[in-house]
Amino acid sequence: MTATDVQITTRPDGMDTYPGQQPRMGFFTDTSVCIGCKACEVACKEWNGVPEDGLNLTGMSYDNTGSLNASTWRHVAFIEQIGRSSEPGESRWLMSSDVCKHCTEAACLDVCPTGALMRTEFGTVVVQDDICNGCGYCVTACPFGVIARRETDGGAHKCTLCYDRMGDGQTPACALACPTESIQYGPVDELRERAQRRVGELHDQGNDAARLYLDDPTDGIGGGGAFFLLLDEPEVYGLPPDPVVTTRDLPRMWRHVARAGAALAAGALAACLGWEGRNR
Amino acid sequence: MAEAHPVGFQWVMEAKARGAKVIHVDPRYSRTSALADLHAPIRAGADIAFLGGLINYVLTHEKYFREYVVNYSNAPTILSEDYADTEDLDGVFSGLDKAHRMYHIDTWRYQGEGAEPAGGDRGAEPEWEARLQRTARGEVHGSGGPAVHREPDTDETLRHPRCVFQVLKRHFARYTPEMVAQVTGMPEDLFQKIAELITENSGREKTTAFVYSVGWTQHTVGVQYIRAAAILQTLLGNIGRPGGGLMALRGHASIQGSTDIPTLFDLLPGYLPMPFASTGEDLDSYVRADIVHKGFWANTREYTVSLLKAWWGDAATAGNDFCYDYLPRLTGSHSTYDTAVAQIEGECKGYILLGQNPAVGSANARMQRLGMANLDWLVVRDFVLIESATWWKDGPEIETGELRTEDIGTEVFFLPAAAHTEKDGSFTNTQRMLQWHHTAVEPAADARSDLWFTYHLGRKIREKLAGSADEMDRPILDLTWDYPTSGSLAEPDADAVLAEINGWDADGNPLSSYTQLAADGSTACGCWIYCGVRAGGENQAARRKPGGDQSWVAPEWGWAWPANRRILYNRASADPEGNPWSQRKALVWWDRDKGEWTGHDVPDFARNRPPDYRPPEGAAGVAALSGIDPFIMQADGKAWLFAPAGLVDGPLPTHYEPQESPVTNPLYGQQHNPVRQIITHRENPLQPSGGEPGASVYPYVVTTYRLTEHHTAGGMSRFLPYLAELQPELFCEVSPELAAERGLDHLGWATVVSARGAIEARVLVTKRIMPLRMDGRVLHQVGIPWHWGPNGYTTGDAANELAHLSLDPNVHIQEAKALACDIRPGRRPRGPALRAFVRDYQQRAGITERTGMEP
Amino acid sequence: MSTPSADSYYGQPVLKEPTWHSPEVPGYLFLGGLAGASSLLAAFAHASGDDELARASKAGAAVAIGLSGAALVKDLGRPARFLNMLRVFKVTSPMSVGSWLIASYGPAAAAAAASAVTGRLPRAGAAATAAAAALGAGVATYTAALICDTAVPAWHDGHREMPYVFAGSAATAAGGLGMLAVGPVAAAPAVRFAVLGAATELTARSMLLRRLGEGAGPYQAGRAGRLMEAGEVLTAAGLSGAMLAARSRTAAALSGMALLAASACTRFGIFEAGRGSARDPAATIGPQRERRRLSEAAAR
Repeated sequence: MTATDVQITTRPDGMDTYPGQQPRMGFFTDTSVCIGCKACEVACKEWNGVPEDGLNLTGMSYDNTGSLNASTWRHVAFIEQIGRSSEPGESRWLMSSDVCKHCTEAACLDVCPTGALMRTEFGTVVVQDDICNGCGYCVTACPFGVIARRETDGGAHKCTLCYDRMGDGQTPACALACPTESIQYGPVDELRERAQRRVGELHDQGNDAARLYLDDPTDGIGGGGAFFLLLDEPEVYGLPPDPVVTTRDLPRMWRHVARAGAALAAGALAACLGWEGRNR
Repeated sequence: MAEAHPVGFQWVMEAKARGAKVIHVDPRYSRTSALADLHAPIRAGADIAFLGGLINYVLTHEKYFREYVVNYSNAPTILSEDYADTEDLDGVFSGLDKAHRMYHIDTWRYQGEGAEPAGGDRGAEPEWEARLQRTARGEVHGSGGPAVHREPDTDETLRHPRCVFQVLKRHFARYTPEMVAQVTGMPEDLFQKIAELITENSGREKTTAFVYSVGWTQHTVGVQYIRAAAILQTLLGNIGRPGGGLMALRGHASIQGSTDIPTLFDLLPGYLPMPFASTGEDLDSYVRADIVHKGFWANTREYTVSLLKAWWGDAATAGNDFCYDYLPRLTGSHSTYDTAVAQIEGECKGYILLGQNPAVGSANARMQRLGMANLDWLVVRDFVLIESATWWKDGPEIETGELRTEDIGTEVFFLPAAAHTEKDGSFTNTQRMLQWHHTAVEPAADARSDLWFTYHLGRKIREKLAGSADEMDRPILDLTWDYPTSGSLAEPDADAVLAEINGWDADGNPLSSYTQLAADGSTACGCWIYCGVRAGGENQAARRKPGGDQSWVAPEWGWAWPANRRILYNRASADPEGNPWSQRKALVWWDRDKGEWTGHDVPDFARNRPPDYRPPEGAAGVAALSGIDPFIMQADGKAWLFAPAGLVDGPLPTHYEPQESPVTNPLYGQQHNPVRQIITHRENPLQPSGGEPGASVYPYVVTTYRLTEHHTAGGMSRFLPYLAELQPELFCEVSPELAAERGLDHLGWATVVSARGAIEARVLVTKRIMPLRMDGRVLHQVGIPWHWGPNGYTTGDAANELAHLSLDPNVHIQEAKALACDIRPGRRPRGPALRAFVRDYQQRAGITERTGMEP
Repeated sequence: MSTPSADSYYGQPVLKEPTWHSPEVPGYLFLGGLAGASSLLAAFAHASGDDELARASKAGAAVAIGLSGAALVKDLGRPARFLNMLRVFKVTSPMSVGSWLIASYGPAAAAAAASAVTGRLPRAGAAATAAAAALGAGVATYTAALICDTAVPAWHDGHREMPYVFAGSAATAAGGLGMLAVGPVAAAPAVRFAVLGAATELTARSMLLRRLGEGAGPYQAGRAGRLMEAGEVLTAAGLSGAMLAARSRTAAALSGMALLAASACTRFGIFEAGRGSARDPAATIGPQRERRRLSEAAAR
């Protein structure tokens, strides 16, 4: 079978697919059942050999991790919303495990000049450590502030969705460790169905603030391979309200670059036209 | 539970997903509260008032499960007319002997019981009785209840003024919702909501479970907390039923195991008591002192003889009382705190710490270190250099200058220990379930398992004593000490030890049930309640059949004692006729055709005893249990709403203030538990309480607790970078109101001070700690995690520097959960100035050696 | 206090701040623009016979792109792997396109300069000059796409105008270099180039800031604001000086330096503005919230 024999089609979720391909795998993080235990953070570091990255009491509730970065690939956020009493209607303590979204349209992957960032056969986005030269472009492109450069080794690092475990048919470390199945791993379309059911359940229970985030293939990143059920606006959790992959505007950018380049050339020409010095 | 048992908490989440309501009562709004349907704040140390309020609500509104209560509890039992309640004596019970700080419990007995003290033949002299009580006999009897010699008088209409039910009603009548709010600071409407939720959810069709941990047990009335919850659950008919019960969340993975095969000074395996010098002269008197005339404790002799055969094998014969004389005798309390005192006073010379870190992990940590400084030798086995191994060079007393390393004569040995992943063994969890763990990787370098250490230490001692003619050496030399070892490390076979614990008959066949145990020396069994764990020669604790492949009881995962029963007292899940109270809550039931009890769980009852069996006159032992006596370990087979014996501080729970409290007891004139145990020592100064002069020097309630990210005293978490970075510093949690009152800044420093010591912590200002409005004032609480110490990747002061040694008198547990302290901004003094600072507070509070000591 | 504003997560940034260092990367923006525009000026000057200006511009371009290369390699997290930039060619990555541009432009500019300075191989030198000019147009303007093709609000939201700002600034710098390096007669095209460039830049810049609206804050605040302001002032100074350039060599030189400095300040200011906007959660959240609000309203 040659390359031309392979029929490549684009699926509804925006991913290209070929026959016999693995289903796209991802995470559904249901923050409504997160107990803030941080087992995900520890399991991830243990499995992936990610270094400890700073002992720092932040004062941000129980979040001393701070944010996702090159040496933190799961980050549990804590938001205290305590009212006049501790009754359920009055008070909440939101807890949520953040992770790389493995975007359908991944800006980091798009802008990577060395090809270090790649899309795996599972639809996930992974950095090839042996190619990355630490240019930092991916860091600027990610609309969620996920990928970052590790100062100790100069390379960019982020969640791999445990590519090495997936390849063996195993569950990513964080999902396996999560005691309440807040982090669910599986084929993305199955997870999306499950998430719809769950958010419906919460609405039936009167929890109107529950909503899905990045589950929609028509959104600004084509939907995330890792998406979330949140109990408040994304910005409360430090997530962008309406992220759009920068690549969508790139065609326009190139057009303007071309025009500006042409104008620059025209300007240089105009500047030199009719130079009198020739005639001296 | 989400904080300290996140993995176990998944089952709470599972229940919630199926519609269960989760109620969380805690001084702080924790990660558990975030997932609960309702959180109610409570003043630390006031839970008996809360539970008493619920009991009162249940009784007043007649929400109790009447048929259950009448048939399965001692509600109808009539009490002696000598009994006087806290209602009569302003907060104490009849029989209080203030001079000896004990109760004489004969007035608590049932009507018609003899005048002999419960518990059979024991010396009646108060001194001996007091010492006896201090060895926590109660702990033993709590799981059996001592002698009750005849069928008691009862009134099944529950109207007799001296029947337990009416006494209960009267005792708790003052625990009204308003009183609950006044004492606990819990808003009335929240209390009301909780009462409604739990009563609506109890009865035939539904059951309610209570889950607690050391927030209930670490008090001078800790055992009474549990009693109060047990009374409530009994009234609601929730004991012995699926989805009901009282579940203790333990401090670590095998604390249950550490009392089953005990590391406690006063117990032998299976909760047999350690013999006491005066009452344990020979096997007969030992057995007689503890035998009860009804229930399975009647087989004390069988259990004891089998244990002695396990330990001394062929050397134990009928002729020598099965080597009963080889057992040590108690002459008093050898609990850990008494031991620390003995060390300070020079009476105790040596100490072996196995995975224990008293230098920061025990209450009044300073006393522990002062004790260790006075030893001749100290052995510490642990993974890392914990504080208990290094205090002599870098502990707080070196910093303050009170001790100098060169003057400390203690010879300290540190032996690296293997982790649980590096050895075979079992954990016994709160559900009495044994789960085996297998070696995943060999320990590195010199690290060895505790089993290796103990076995080879014993082997070497026996080698040194071999050939000795001294009688004193016989107990060691006659031990069965022949476990097989294997591998390059000569690791003893843990499974072989388990086999000995399980026991075998005279032919060496493994036993399968404690009912097979004999008193004639033909059986050996290292722990009668574990008998059956290796039934059929198979390690039942190692079973791992997935839950999805078996019934919802999942009996083939691990093995629970006794006899793999998963829910104790499950006879109570069926009505007096033997039918389940409801199909929905069916657990075990009487199969009339087969003439036996059957069901989803192993019946906790004599299998062939029909529900309508009534014992003949003069029946004794197991035969004395009727067909409607589900509580088979109790003397009368009933759940004790009123405990005529077994506890040293009262037949009914009563709200007393903690040893140190800014609050005067609103309920009674009696401030404290009158028979609480106090370690009397100059290094254990106590603070004034309530309205006493000087109490306002320590005006805030401090409670200690855990964080998910760390473990116990931190030896297993502070040294690990991945955990240390999650909670990198000791902090205290205060409300915004308290922060304003004391000038504390978020992320600033605070010093917390008690009569014992002062610590510093970073400040987290959070609304999750709520000021309590009670008794016309605002009471502030401060929360402090207790995980820190000066060693490790993340270091900090130990919360246990603040704690005192005033203990629950039944089980010697420290009151670490409700302290009174002052808090002020800034870091603490260093060097000698630290002790001067603490002393200054003591002087301002007028503390003397008498303070806080009154009964 | 533990309760955060609902407008962000404890005031923490949403994005990661660029890892690119100053002066390396903004310096490169300046030097790359200077180089590319100088090559264009050099080519047309060469064609017009203005050999002095052509030679100065070619030499300037070569030096500028040489320094640029060093700065870019130094800024990599793993500098030894700089050649990995040529593993692939990706149109979706302005840095990939740019790497190939620099890889081809660099040698061309060097060859053009070498030929002009030594006088050798004039035909090869002419070809190199033409090549450098063609590629230089790209080198001077692609960097706008480089910084705009990111999530950084102050950059991305200005992506329509930024290429013209960069082109104008490049022309300003190239013109300034010419004014500094050669005499008034030879520098005349440079003056014209600088004027065209400055006009373009100032116009494009004000359009950019107007479009950003509230998002223009990062360009006006703090260090970025001071640098942008300096750029403007220096441009104006340089332009006025340029009017006198025909008469005074000194005025021309000073103006030239002012224009070079102006271009540098602008690039550094834009760089700082980007960093600041990445750091400020409101810069990301504000516009997106607004966009979400509008689309929700439209849906209703």
